[in-house]
Amino acid sequence: MTAIAPHLPVLQVLVPMFAAVFTSFMRRGNSAWLMAVAASWLSLAISLALLAQVLQSAAPVSYVLGGWAVPFGIEYRVDRLNGFVLLIVNLVGSMIIPFAGTSVRKEIDGNQQAWFYTMYLLCLTGLLGISVSGDAFNVFVFLEVSSLSTYVLIAMGRHRRALLASYQYLIIGTIGASFYVIGIGLLYLATGSLNLADIASRIGPGMTEYSRPILAALAFLSVGICLKLALFPLHVWLPNAYAYAPSAAAAFLAGTATKVAVYLLIRIYFSIYGVAFGIDVLPVYMVVLLLSLAAMLIASFSAIFEANAKRMLAYSSVAQIGYITLGIALANVSGLTGGLVHMFNHAMIKTTLFMALGAVFYRIGSVQVADMAGIGRRMPVTMAAFTVAGLGLIGIPGTAGFISKWYLVIGAIERGYWPVVALVVASSLLAVIYVGRVVESAYFREPSKTVRDATDPPALMLVPIAVLAALSVYFGLDTRLSAGLARGAAEMLLGGMR
Amino acid sequence: MGIDFAMPPALALIFAGLLLPFLRAEARAALLLLAPALALWLVWLVPDGVALSLPFLGHELAVVNGSKLSRLFGTAFAIMALAGGLFSLNQKNLLELAAAYVYAGSALGVVFAGDLITLFVFWELMAIASTLVLWSNGSKARAAGLRYAIMHLLGGVILMAGIAGEAAMTGSIAFHAMDLSTIPPQFILAGFLINAAATPLSAWLPDAYPQASWSGMVFLSAFTTKTAIYVMMVGFAGAEILVWLGLAMMFYGIIYAILENDMRRILAYSIVNQVGFMVTGIGIGTEMALNGAAAHAFTHIIYKALLLMSAGSVLYMTAKSKCTDLGGLFRTMPVTTICGIVGALSISSFPFTSGFVSKSMILEGAADEHLAVVWYLLMAASAGVFLHAGIKFPWFVFFQKDSGLRPADPPWNMQAGMIIAALLCIGIGVLPAPLYAILPYATSYVPYTLNHVMSQLQLLLFSGLAFFLMLGWLKRTLTITLDTDWLWRKPGSIASLWLIDCFDSGWTWLVKALGSSVQSTVANLRRSHGPLGLFGRTWPTGTMAFWTTVMLAAFLILGMLFHADI
Repeated sequence: MTAIAPHLPVLQVLVPMFAAVFTSFMRRGNSAWLMAVAASWLSLAISLALLAQVLQSAAPVSYVLGGWAVPFGIEYRVDRLNGFVLLIVNLVGSMIIPFAGTSVRKEIDGNQQAWFYTMYLLCLTGLLGISVSGDAFNVFVFLEVSSLSTYVLIAMGRHRRALLASYQYLIIGTIGASFYVIGIGLLYLATGSLNLADIASRIGPGMTEYSRPILAALAFLSVGICLKLALFPLHVWLPNAYAYAPSAAAAFLAGTATKVAVYLLIRIYFSIYGVAFGIDVLPVYMVVLLLSLAAMLIASFSAIFEANAKRMLAYSSVAQIGYITLGIALANVSGLTGGLVHMFNHAMIKTTLFMALGAVFYRIGSVQVADMAGIGRRMPVTMAAFTVAGLGLIGIPGTAGFISKWYLVIGAIERGYWPVVALVVASSLLAVIYVGRVVESAYFREPSKTVRDATDPPALMLVPIAVLAALSVYFGLDTRLSAGLARGAAEMLLGGMR
Repeated sequence: MGIDFAMPPALALIFAGLLLPFLRAEARAALLLLAPALALWLVWLVPDGVALSLPFLGHELAVVNGSKLSRLFGTAFAIMALAGGLFSLNQKNLLELAAAYVYAGSALGVVFAGDLITLFVFWELMAIASTLVLWSNGSKARAAGLRYAIMHLLGGVILMAGIAGEAAMTGSIAFHAMDLSTIPPQFILAGFLINAAATPLSAWLPDAYPQASWSGMVFLSAFTTKTAIYVMMVGFAGAEILVWLGLAMMFYGIIYAILENDMRRILAYSIVNQVGFMVTGIGIGTEMALNGAAAHAFTHIIYKALLLMSAGSVLYMTAKSKCTDLGGLFRTMPVTTICGIVGALSISSFPFTSGFVSKSMILEGAADEHLAVVWYLLMAASAGVFLHAGIKFPWFVFFQKDSGLRPADPPWNMQAGMIIAALLCIGIGVLPAPLYAILPYATSYVPYTLNHVMSQLQLLLFSGLAFFLMLGWLKRTLTITLDTDWLWRKPGSIASLWLIDCFDSGWTWLVKALGSSVQSTVANLRRSHGPLGLFGRTWPTGTMAFWTTVMLAAFLILGMLFHADI
């Protein structure tokens, strides 16, 4: 164990990566699935061990690839923030993958099932790589790894529109990645460094001759990453991508992909620009604040009028990402804690909801709200989990969603932004309506023909759904882990501020 | 630690509720009766002060915090749950029973909450559980249940905004008397008032409660509005606005109840009316008035449950609830009739019933403060109560014409529930001392003076006389002329009638205007956010790229504008 411990940061990436290589040689979906299960759970164990290391030591855990000294070589650097993000990604992954076994067998042709797991593992590799790497260009590489595999995952959806959705995301995602590279390039020109921590120490008010490129870099990085995290109005690729992707892929992406992009944004805003310049001088916060509020309201309204439940959840994701970026824009300890803890809570909640819809699709082959009439009595456990997670989305006290909203509201009040408080509150009311629509249809309508024979899905699908739903309540009651880690990360980020 | 430990009384009922659906019939019946008894015992074990605390979100939650007032409400709630549980033993719908017990338990949680977060958690649990009680009555309760849920969640988020503001501004989440000079307590009060069904948002109560089942409404009538009374007594005693809100609620309840034909809707309006008395008492805020409001809450929980049990028995046996379909039931339902009359006399504050000993304290509180206008309006409202609930309900349901229905009295357990409540009503009325002993403030109030009894009897007799003189009008569709007639005997109230009239037409106008503007807003939103709208449809890839460029330009220009600072 002691021999492995120093290498955990790189193993976090290597385990899923090598697993992906193996599965790409496999023919049978089942063996690829077993491989993916093993890799996902091992990966979760690694992230837990890493988190324990980070919490023990005051300084970040640093790993230098190939022995090349920082800042010339690539450094993997885990602190309280990305230790937390790694945990989120792996927790979602380890819950999705048992569920995926049954769901994929139903939704994806036999000869492509192994490919699905390869792409899933590559996507996991990319997301973990973005989170763990301390090198700006290495982050870009992993960004592309996760993006390319995501395009394939979405295109594997059965619906004809899956291809179009994947294509649109391909174009938009590529624009986003290019903007990211342009931003990194500008920073590299100004500082000659690609190490994130090193860049932070080199830029700053002293570099007056480069201040324009540094600000232009901030603009490119902001827009590029905001495309990836689907901040309003750059979110339009997301509803279709989530709606038409295979159920397991949609659940995985909804829980992880946007969260990792949010992490990258936080890293750049707080650990680079915040450390170098301080927060309040930067021009981006007001923009992000306004766009977050717009996302919370406009996307919620779109969710209300959406007839496809999966697409409805996708719009709700856009709105919920608004909460997270709102926490970033508030930029005080309470607000940022709220944003970070909502990354965690929303990952639990949204993954539960998407998996429950995946189970519904598995049984009745549709996720139209109208087709789900009366399904509450036929699939009691699935829909109970959906309802519990839905209450979390609304932010009912006793669920995880309440914790996030509590911190966000406190953060807004500390800033004196009373209208923001009102909008957060209003947006939760909108969530009541769109969650309520599904619940109403599921429990109070007469069962339709398609629903009549449906039952709860097999245990491999049902158990992860139930476990995650239970976790979304647990983390609403015991906040030591979720809010504790988020608060630690927020204090670390704001404490490093200039 | 030096802190006494107490088991939260709320848990006894909440756990019982969660357990109920999994039990066989006999065990279920036992649990339905034992859990409230256990809760009652636990209520009296809670010592004064914080008895159980938990760390949460960086605060120390006072999950159980005892006081005389919380024990008083806790006692009423536990007795109510016991009578209601006995009454609904033969309710087949397990979801309703489970939800009703969780609902009653959360109400107990609210009255023992020592801090705002615990209060809020139980508050929301109460909203969810009560919605389930409504919804378990099947598809006819669906729409009303949804409106009810939205109204309570709205109240919940307003309350949460207030609580978060209070926590952020004062750094404390303790629940104690607040003053309304800052914004957060105003939000908190607004959240409380929505649950109290205060005007102008009273309509949710008569809209939703009568949609519940014959047993569901018995539970619903007791907890939501009375927890609101409790929290306002603790937080906002003496806030003057409550006096006027309470008076408005009284007359709202009376007028609509007189115009109503459905017996359970009549009783729903009379809840608003009775809660109005309590809200006024809280607004007056003297020890006498607060004692009166607390005592009235206690007695009202019991006699309103009694009235609804007798109405529920009629509904259970006849499946009818319209006054025009009922009548003459006294022949075959003697027990229900007698219990209904006891409830009706209590709500009308007839001497030697529980309503008399509690309501007269509120009037005394107004008199002590020389609030002449308030006192006259309270007296007028008392007469009105007798008209709409005291006579109208029993007369039209049990006497009046012979409807031809010959239902028997309901099963033994329902009779037992009613009889227990009826005995309590009379017992408290005859021997008020035990109730006075557990009131929050020590009192030497004597209800039975010759003057009190005589004036109350006169008031009741004259309004009873008015009722029978105007029976002809009451049977037909009622008009506002009738109201002028009966209030003509109280010149002091004519002005208030005119005000109510204005208020009423204003309300109708507001509802209409709101309704049409809500409709057009929804249509507009659908146009812009629906699947075909700007924010709902899939944009062409080029448009997405265009907006990306716009965003980049915005960031760049902002960056250049702020350039000087860096």
